Amino acid sequence: MSKLPILSGALAALAGVPARADWDLLNMPVGASELSQEIYGTHMLMLWICVIIAVITFGAMIVAMVRFRKSKGAVADQTLLHNARLEATWTIIPVLILIGMAIPAVESLIKIEDTSGSGLTIKVTGYQWQWHYEYLGSGVSFFSRLARTSDLARQKGSGIDPRSVENYLLEVDKPLVVPTGIKIRMLLTANDVIHAWWVPDFGMKRDAVPGFINEMWISVDADKPGTYRGQCAELCGADHGFMPIVVVAKPKAEFDAWLKQQQAAATPVVAAVPE
Amino acid sequence: MADHGHGPPQGITRWLTTTNHKDIGTMYLVFSLVMFLVGGLMALGIRAELFQPGLQLVNPAFFNQLTTMHALVMVFGAVMPATVGLANWMIPLQIGAADMALPRMNLFSFWLLAVAFVLLLSTFLMPGGAPASGWTLYPPLVLQTGEAFPMAIFSIHLMGASSIMGAINVIVTIVNMRAPGMTLMKLPLFSWAWLITAYLLIAVMPVFAGGVTMLLTDYFFHTSFFNAAGGGDPVLYQHVFWFFGHPEVYIMILPAFGIVSEIIPTFSRKPIFGYEAMVYAIASIAFLSFIVWAHHMFTVGMPLAGQMFFMLATMLIAVPTGVKIFNWTTTMWRGSLSFEPPMLFALAFLFLFTIGGFSGLMMAIVPSDFQYHDTYFIVAHFHYVLVPGAVFAIMAAVYYWLPKWTGHMYDMALAKWHFWLTAIFVNVLFFPQHFLGLAGMPRRIPDYATQFTDWNMVSSIGAFGFGLSQLVFVWVIVKCARGGERATAEVWDWPHGLEWTVPSPAPYHTFEKAPEVR
Repeated sequence: MSKLPILSGALAALAGVPARADWDLLNMPVGASELSQEIYGTHMLMLWICVIIAVITFGAMIVAMVRFRKSKGAVADQTLLHNARLEATWTIIPVLILIGMAIPAVESLIKIEDTSGSGLTIKVTGYQWQWHYEYLGSGVSFFSRLARTSDLARQKGSGIDPRSVENYLLEVDKPLVVPTGIKIRMLLTANDVIHAWWVPDFGMKRDAVPGFINEMWISVDADKPGTYRGQCAELCGADHGFMPIVVVAKPKAEFDAWLKQQQAAATPVVAAVPE
Repeated sequence: MADHGHGPPQGITRWLTTTNHKDIGTMYLVFSLVMFLVGGLMALGIRAELFQPGLQLVNPAFFNQLTTMHALVMVFGAVMPATVGLANWMIPLQIGAADMALPRMNLFSFWLLAVAFVLLLSTFLMPGGAPASGWTLYPPLVLQTGEAFPMAIFSIHLMGASSIMGAINVIVTIVNMRAPGMTLMKLPLFSWAWLITAYLLIAVMPVFAGGVTMLLTDYFFHTSFFNAAGGGDPVLYQHVFWFFGHPEVYIMILPAFGIVSEIIPTFSRKPIFGYEAMVYAIASIAFLSFIVWAHHMFTVGMPLAGQMFFMLATMLIAVPTGVKIFNWTTTMWRGSLSFEPPMLFALAFLFLFTIGGFSGLMMAIVPSDFQYHDTYFIVAHFHYVLVPGAVFAIMAAVYYWLPKWTGHMYDMALAKWHFWLTAIFVNVLFFPQHFLGLAGMPRRIPDYATQFTDWNMVSSIGAFGFGLSQLVFVWVIVKCARGGERATAEVWDWPHGLEWTVPSPAPYHTFEKAPEVR
């Protein structure tokens, strides 16, 4: 799968070409993290199981529609009313298929929900309509909102063609920076209404609920540093469509250097809480 | 018309004062058709804005009002009243009863609904506009609604009261007024489906009413049911809502199952395969609908055990639903099939509802649902089960029973045009939304990143094609109501059921003396 929509968008952006519309955007991205790849695998498995069942059931329907037409002289068989064996078969076989589907799903769910052993914790707070990121224990925190270029273009009657704006609606003023190759724990909450933090290339989406803290974990493969983009996924008011998420994944050493530099520059708003 | 002077009063008085199940059924169906067009216009507004990136037609706040009101109008104004209208018309005819058991309450529930919608639609004109929080009305967002807030809640209360009364009427009628000899296991499947639907309505409508009432007290009296700062929990609302909301989707689809179970045998010219299994499948689906609600909220942060329970319970629904699909297919097997408009819509239902079933099964799988949730993938899914699912079944029912209602055959050629246009455009409209969702487009956004442009354009073209095709539907109905070839009592080649024993149009009063069912 070379056509990762958002990754290819990122690559295009690096090459200085605006992201293009694309007829090939048909499927879920494989993504850049352990979980996204696992979820992609689950998704494809389920899709193919459904396709196989569809071929069989739709095939039977089509055969019936072709073979048993009144116009071809078909006469109805008034005795075909029950068949206990047949009915039991098509009750039991689906149950077995479902069990087969449930086992891998449960396994990956257990892995997804296990946030232990993380190397970094980031607290994400949703606001109407921006994100706030706090690197717990380091004193670094900042807001991240829609980039000015997109914000100007998206106004009604702006006269700016969105296609001329690089990463239209998927660019922020200050992206979240994360290290590659380690497990990152995300703590999610919100300040006003419910939001949801979602970057498709990381596979995970979770609600940010005011007054409560949700957790999840993400990671970026060590060999896939780059820029990853996502959006708020829970309706949060008028500008719900305009609070993107941009994550820049850097190798661990580069990330550490970035964090140091941020710490030096920052006058922490909130006292750092040691982990 | 009846010969013995029991005809209806003339003019507007007839419709304001009638307690006749046929008149009330007609009013429900006409109301539903009007709401289908109103909700459809809102959808066209949405699809026009989404035709290309950038904001061209509406501002984001109004866009959110459109998505919210489109859903409320289609769910509570179009689909549910259509099935209630069909129930009013057909249940007494199917069970050999003279009327519904509680005719005055029947009329009251219709007018309550009409008033509720005047109130709901008027919120567009209020300061702050119509509700814009999505039809799910999640707090805290819904608490940011303007003057419309109490009006919207009150209209929901009225709709709920109307639905509960309608449901009580169906249950009392079916339980008490069946013709002698019609045991429950001889009940036509449309009536069976509605009997079970009515129990669902009575079970969950009060829960929804309770949920929105708590919103009302949070808003006006500063209670904190859903406010964390006061010790409440916004997610509690979601649990209450979906405890209602999931059975609600079956309230829309079970009558559709009943309709398809009437039509496929007629045009296969043989009885339904596995009647008992069909009844038990509907009952199992209804039961399961109460224990799967949290699959609408896998991303809210539930405990692992909770997620597993709701995933496994949800997957189980595939079993009785599969039984229904297989039984319909086997009903056609070794039949003698013909393809009149009702059958065409029923067959499209069979194929396209199944596609919606597959995407539903995929979404039951929690890990994948973390990607699908709140994207266009789910928009595609629920439109597949609601439009080529519930709405196609309703259209099939109209084409099936219209000659019985009007006494005229409709224009078959025009109806087939309606079918083919509708069936093609519905796929142009909704199929690309699967791609958009998988590629990462969230739902409920007024504007999108440019890589989503192509499939959005296709979807919008499908939407306008679909919308315009429905004018053909209206024309077929109007033309048929005004005249046409006389319909026989049986109407179709292979009629089954009591409704085909009365003349067409069905006289104002039918079964004043109960028929004998062997």
